[in-house]
Amino acid sequence: MAQVSLNNVRKVYPNGFEAVKPASFRIEDGEFVVLVGPSGCGKSTMLRMIAGLEDISDGALTIGDRVVNDVDPADRDIAMVFQNYALYPHMTVAKNIGYGLKNRKIPAADIAAKVQEAATMLNLTDYLDRKPSQLSGGQRQRVAMGRAIVRDPSLFLFDEPLSNLDAKLRNQMRIEIKALQRRLGVTSVYVTHDQVEAMTMADRIIVMNAGRIEQIGTPAEVYHSPASTFVASFMGAPPMNLLTGRAEAGRVRVGNVMLHQHHEDRDLTVGIRPEDIIPDSHGHLEVEVTLIEELGAHRLLHGQMQGHPLTIHVGKDHPVETGHIRAAIKPNAVSLFDPASGVRL
Amino acid sequence: MKRAGFSNRWLPILFLIPQLAIIFIFFYWPAAHAIRSSFYLQDPFGFGETFVGLKNYTAMFNSAAYLRSAWFTVIFTVIVTFLSLSIALLLAVKADKVIRGAKTYRTLLMWVYAVAPPVAGVIGLILFDQSWGPIKDFVALFGWDFRLGVDYFDTAFAMVTISVWKQLPVNFIFFLSGLQAIPKSVREAALIDNRSASGRFWDVTFPLLAPTGFFLLIINITYSLFDTFGVIDTVVKGEPGNNPMTLVYKVYVDGFRGNDLGGSSAQSVILMILVLALTIFQFRMVERRIHYT
Repeated sequence: MAQVSLNNVRKVYPNGFEAVKPASFRIEDGEFVVLVGPSGCGKSTMLRMIAGLEDISDGALTIGDRVVNDVDPADRDIAMVFQNYALYPHMTVAKNIGYGLKNRKIPAADIAAKVQEAATMLNLTDYLDRKPSQLSGGQRQRVAMGRAIVRDPSLFLFDEPLSNLDAKLRNQMRIEIKALQRRLGVTSVYVTHDQVEAMTMADRIIVMNAGRIEQIGTPAEVYHSPASTFVASFMGAPPMNLLTGRAEAGRVRVGNVMLHQHHEDRDLTVGIRPEDIIPDSHGHLEVEVTLIEELGAHRLLHGQMQGHPLTIHVGKDHPVETGHIRAAIKPNAVSLFDPASGVRL
Repeated sequence: MKRAGFSNRWLPILFLIPQLAIIFIFFYWPAAHAIRSSFYLQDPFGFGETFVGLKNYTAMFNSAAYLRSAWFTVIFTVIVTFLSLSIALLLAVKADKVIRGAKTYRTLLMWVYAVAPPVAGVIGLILFDQSWGPIKDFVALFGWDFRLGVDYFDTAFAMVTISVWKQLPVNFIFFLSGLQAIPKSVREAALIDNRSASGRFWDVTFPLLAPTGFFLLIINITYSLFDTFGVIDTVVKGEPGNNPMTLVYKVYVDGFRGNDLGGSSAQSVILMILVLALTIFQFRMVERRIHYT
C-alpha cells in the first residue's frame, strides 16, 4: 500500500510536443483514482510515467516514501494491466501469472500457492494449463488481473483495461475490478476515455484535456460542479446543456428568459444538466421539442429554446410528445462559465 | 466461398503453360537426365556411354575425397548457419533499440544484401589477399600466417567468413521485423515483471522470435549448402587442389573440370535426395509450428 504524489510532473517529447503539462496531485493510500479524457489528452502518458515506461521530463514522482523518477519499472513495486492484456503468448496461464514472482527469486512452491490463490479468486483454476490464445477476451482480462494481484504490489495501474471487451462483459468486469480493488485495498490509478467507467469506479476523478488537468474531484463533484465547459460537456451522456447568456443587473438571461442570478454584468455560458430541466406546465422555459429518443428507462427530448439547442431528460412515466412544451429548472442546478476561457465562475 | 471460373477450360491451361514449361525445361528434364546418366559411364568427349549400374555410386561412397568433402560440407553448414543466425540476431536486437539515426543504421546493415555472391567472393579475396589483403596483414600481427588457397584451414576460414557476411543482411532483416512484430505492450509487461534485460530476452523475446528463427534456420541451411557456390567458386577458382569445397561445388568440379559426367550426376542425385528430405522436414515442422496468435 502506498501514497502516490506528483509534483509538477511534465512530459515533453524530443520533438518539443508537451504531452503532459506540469501536473501536481496526490493519491491517498488505498484510493481508486481514474484518469479520464479524450484520446490524446495525455492520460496514458501520465500513467506510463507513473509505471516507468516513459521518462519523466520534469518534476518528481513519489510512490510510498521514495522518489522513483529514475527507478526501473520492475523495482517500483507496481503492477500494470494493459489495454490488450499483454499476456505472454508462449506461456500458460499459470506461468503468465507467476512470471513476475519467478524473477523475484521466490521459491517455486510459494509461487504455485500464490498462483492458485489468485486463480481461485478470479475463477481461472480450470484454465491454468492453457495458453492465452485458447481463452476468451474476458478470461484473458482475468489473467492480466491475476498477473497484477499475485505480485501484491503497492500500486495498481490500469491502462484502459476494458476497452477491448464487449459492452456486457465490460459492465461485469467493471464491477469485478472495483470489488477486487476494495477487497485488496491497493492504491489504484485507472485510465479510461469512458466517462461511465470513470463515474462508477472512481473514488476521485482526474479529468484531463490537451495535456492539462481540468479538474480533480469526486464523481459527484465533477458531475454536478464541473470546473470548466470541457468537463461539463465531457462528463455525462448526454452532456450538459451549454447556452450563451448574459448577466445584467444581477439577472442571468438566455434570450429573454431569466435563469439565474449573477452580481457582475457580463457575457456568460450557462450550463444545465438535462435531468435538471423538468417539464412543467407552469414553468417559465418555452421549449420547442423536435425529436424524442426513447431509452426505455427514460427519454431524451431534443429541442430548441430561444434559438439554443437543448436536451431534456425525462422519466419513463412522463407523457411526452413533440411540439411546444413548458419546463422549469431545478433550484441550484445552474453552472456559470466564462465564455472565453470556459472556466467555472 | 465463391469460385472464380473460366468460361473456357483450356484458358487456364494456356496461362499455366509458360510457368510449367520453364519448370519442366530447367528442372524436371535435367533432373531426369541426371538420374539417368548417374547409371552410365560417359565418354569425356561425348562419344557414347556405357551402362555401369550402381558403380558410380559405390565409387563415390568409397572415395576419400568425396567423404572428406561431405564432412566439410556438414561442418561448413553448421558453422555458417550458426554464425550468420547468431550474429544477425545480436545486430537486430541492438538495432531495434537504436532510436536516433535508426534508418541509416539499418540501411548500413542491410545493403550487403544487394551484393551478388561472386562479387562478395571477390571482395573477400581482396580482403584476404596473400600479398596485400588487410585482413591477412591484421591477423599477421597476432602471428597467424594466413595463406588463402594454400592452407586448408585458412581457405575454409575465408569461405566461412565471406559466406556469413553475405548472409547476415537477410537474417538481420527477418529478425528485425520479427522483433518489431512483438507487441510493444508485451515487452512493457516484461519490463515490469523482470528487471534483468537478458532474462527478458531469453524468457520473452527469444521464444516469440522462434517461428522467425525456425524459418531462417531452414533458409540458412539451404543457403550454406547450395547458394554459397558463387563464394566458393571465387575463392577456389575452379582449382580444387588441397582446397576445401562443399558437395555442390564438387559436383561442378568433377563434372565440368574432371569431365566425369556419370560420377557427377550420381553426386547430384544424392544432393537431390538431401533437398527432398530437407523440404519434407520443413513442411512437417511448418505444419506443427506453434502459432501464437
